[in-house]
Parts: sequence; structure tokens; C-alpha cells
Amino acid sequence: MAAKSIISRPVYGTLSPQPGKHHLFVADAEGALAISDLAAKAPAGFFADAHIIFIPGNDGKHVAALEALKPAQFYQGPTFASALPRLKQTLANAHMGLRLYLAGTEGLIGQAMQVALEAGIDHTAIQTEHRGSLARRIQCVHCKGITENVTTQPATCSHCGLLLLVRDHYSRRLAAFQGVCINAEDRSEIPPTEEIFR
Amino acid sequence: MSTGTTKLDVVVSDVVPVNELVTRFHFRRRDGQLLPTFSGGAHVVIEMRDGERTRLNPYSLMGSPLDTREYTISVRRDDVGRGGSLFMHSSVRPGMEMVISYPVNLFSLDLRARKHLMLAGGIGITPFMAQTAQLAADGGNFELHYACRTASLGTYADELTERYDRRVRLYHDDRDERIELDRLLSSQPLGTHLYVCGPSGMIGWVRDRAAALGWPTETVHFEHFAAPQPGAPFEVTLAVSGKTIRVGEQQSLLEAIEAAGVDPPYLCRGGVCGQCETNVIAHDGKFIHNDHWLSEEEHRSCKKIMPCVSRFDGGSLVLER
Repeated sequence: MAAKSIISRPVYGTLSPQPGKHHLFVADAEGALAISDLAAKAPAGFFADAHIIFIPGNDGKHVAALEALKPAQFYQGPTFASALPRLKQTLANAHMGLRLYLAGTEGLIGQAMQVALEAGIDHTAIQTEHRGSLARRIQCVHCKGITENVTTQPATCSHCGLLLLVRDHYSRRLAAFQGVCINAEDRSEIPPTEEIFR
Repeated sequence: MSTGTTKLDVVVSDVVPVNELVTRFHFRRRDGQLLPTFSGGAHVVIEMRDGERTRLNPYSLMGSPLDTREYTISVRRDDVGRGGSLFMHSSVRPGMEMVISYPVNLFSLDLRARKHLMLAGGIGITPFMAQTAQLAADGGNFELHYACRTASLGTYADELTERYDRRVRLYHDDRDERIELDRLLSSQPLGTHLYVCGPSGMIGWVRDRAAALGWPTETVHFEHFAAPQPGAPFEVTLAVSGKTIRVGEQQSLLEAIEAAGVDPPYLCRGGVCGQCETNVIAHDGKFIHNDHWLSEEEHRSCKKIMPCVSRFDGGSLVLER
């Protein structure tokens, strides 16, 4: 569970079944467990109107558990990028009454929410639950490049190579935390690197 | 000075009967200047000086927000109400000088919406007159569903149909035409916001169905000016100002507090905005909560009251005022 910090740092809840006509789930890796926990609280027939988009990750676990919920539609893909066209298409054709549930890593939740915001869903109307890795997606404020799966503080920008302080300052529009050069005054000053976003 | 209730000195520039129940009133500034800018859904509080008595009633602005040379309101005559609408109909004439509040909007459009779905019942059409004008000027995507008792009581139905054609759909009670609410709500594209203004039964129905069909609360907007309900008189002690007052049968608690020379904050005077929320210090009796502001839990707690619409039945009530 992510610790509380400044106001822009996203906080996540616990998935719970919402009233609605259709239920769209987007999850990665251990996010599947959040869906299973919701299923235990959901009314009978809930998943007959559900669509699950799942990115299992490297170990490929949890697929059988989600399929066992018998959702109306089930999709699994290797990466979020591979699932993106399907997510966009689903939202473009959706009507009011569709509820969105996001579970898993912050990167997955943030990027799926970014697409949902563009489709007109208010961020406060989206159910979220953080599970699994605390790895961050960051944007370098200097070159604007995005670096995925950052686990260290500081971190090196994968685009321009600057050493970045990873801040809690978050952008829903970019679906990324902010990275700011940590040694702009004296580039020879290299603070120790710690792995803190595991 | 009450919050947001800076006053405007106006003159009644026109009085236009619209149908057997509704009359429209036009106001201009006495100094000839433009009136303050407002957005669709805003209301003003009209001061009605009726002999000894001053009434402060809120009415939605129904003119186009693009034209601030004048403000227009439409008042439906209520023969069994507390007298405000009857005063407007019988005593207000062109040329009369009146005082109104600055506009306040508690029913504004959420302009992030992909589409605006509007449901009006009866005189609840007035805020939508301004909102549709605002949206139409920007090419906004809206659809208005308007339920009225009969065609002759469908206030502004002809104007709206003429202006917006198929974006307006009328339903007449006397022809047994009903809004097919579930179908309507379930066929809206993602990103639609819902707005409802009309009788409280209609607002309750629409909010309930929207919630059941999965509309997030952020997307459902409603406005209901609950006129203060009359009731048995009761006594109240105002602890801060050290006064004991009596609330008359036809008077609201807020009006009684004001009549005693205490000036609490207010905006809507209809139980929706939260400005006049007042702490209860002690009570012995039962609260009659009529507001849409406090939660059910707060109603049960007996620690707060909205004096604009709510009343009290019992031995003693001490308020922090």
C-alpha cells in the first residue's frame, strides 16, 4: 500500500461492486487478486455483464482464476500497450452505466485512467486498487521523456541520462510521476541510489 | 453582510404574462450599466417588500448569459404558497424599483461533459433556458426532455422547439406521454452529464434511477428550491446574540432569525447550498429536516440544522447564532 504524501500523489481504494449495466476491469499481475476479492462480495450474475482486460506479466499467474469468474468477455495480453486499442475501442462504444475498475501496479492504473479520462469518465468515478509492485512511471521534466518501471531513488532518465529525484508529484494527464534533476548545481555530486519503489 | 449576496439596484423593465400560471419579469440596472456576468443555471434572490414583510425568494435567471443588459425570471403563481409568487404577480409593475442579489450558480454545467442531458418538469424549465442558450452559442452537445401538464402550460416549449428543433422533446401529462427514463439513461454515450430540475418527486425519481443504472454521482446534477414549508410555531434561543425568538407558522427559521436583527450567511434559501448551516447547542424535541444539504447521518445526529427550510417541534432549541 502506497504511503500518504502530497495531495497530487494518487491514493487507491479497495474495489467494490458498483451499480451499473456493464463492468469493465483492467488489471495486471496481482491486480487479479483484487478482482477475485471483489467477486466474493459481488451479487450473483455480476460477471455476466463484465469485461476483463488482463496483463498477467512474466509469471503468467492468475489467468485461470479470472476465467473462472466467467466474465462475458476476457482478454489477456503481454503488455498494456497491446491492450490499449481494445480498451480505447471499448470506451468509445460504451454508454453511461459502464463502471470502470482498475487494479494492479500504479503504472497500469495510471495509464488506464488516462485513457478513461479522455473518454469522459471522471477520475473520482473510477474504482482503483493498488496491488503488486510500487514501480513508478516517471516523466523527466527536462527532456519530457517517460521512463517506465522506476524502482530507485534517484533514477536515471532513460532518454537524456540526467540523474532524477523521483517526486510524489503526479500528473493524471501524463499518468506519470515527476522526475527532477537531483544534481543540477554540481553534476559530479552523485547521491547514493536506493531501491525504494519495489 | 451575507455571503455572496451583494445587492443590485434594479428597475422592472417589463412584465410579460406567458400563460395562465406563469409571468416573466425583466430587470435592468437603475444606473444603466450592464448587469454582472452569469452562467447558465444561476439564480438571483429577489427582495419583495410587501408592507411590513420582506420576502427573499430565489429565481433562476432564464435569459441568455450572453446578454447582460437585462435579467429575466419566470414566476409560476402558487395560490397556496407563502405569498412570494402572488406578490410578484399582483404587485410588481414595469418601472418599479427593486433590489436583487448578485447571481449565484449552484446548478452549473460541467463543461467537461461530452454531452449534456437535461430533464425539466414544469417551471423547472427556467435554468435550462439559460443553459441551452449558453451551450448553443458554443456548439455544445445537449438534449432537453421537458415534461409539462398540458401544451398550454408548457412554458417556453414553443420557443425551445423553434430554437433547437429535435434537440428538444416534449412530454404532456394530459396525453399520457411519459419520459422513458431507463431507456433514455441507458442509451447515453460515455461522458454524458445529467441535469434535472422540477418537482421534488421528479428529481428523486431521476436521481434514484440514474444511481441504479450506474451513473456516478459526479455526473448527476439537480436543483430543487424547496420553498420553506409552513408548520407549527416554535421558540428558539440564539446563544451567540443572546436572543429568544419565535418562528411563526408561515415564517422560516432563517426569516425569523433575520427579523430579530441577526444576519446569518445564506445563498439559496432553498436547502441546497449549505451556507446557512447552523450548529445546535441544545435541544429537547424533534427536528423537521427539509434540506438536501446535510447527510442522513447529520440529520439523525441532531447537531446541525439548515434554518432556511427546516423546522423544530418540541420544548426548547438553542442554536449557535
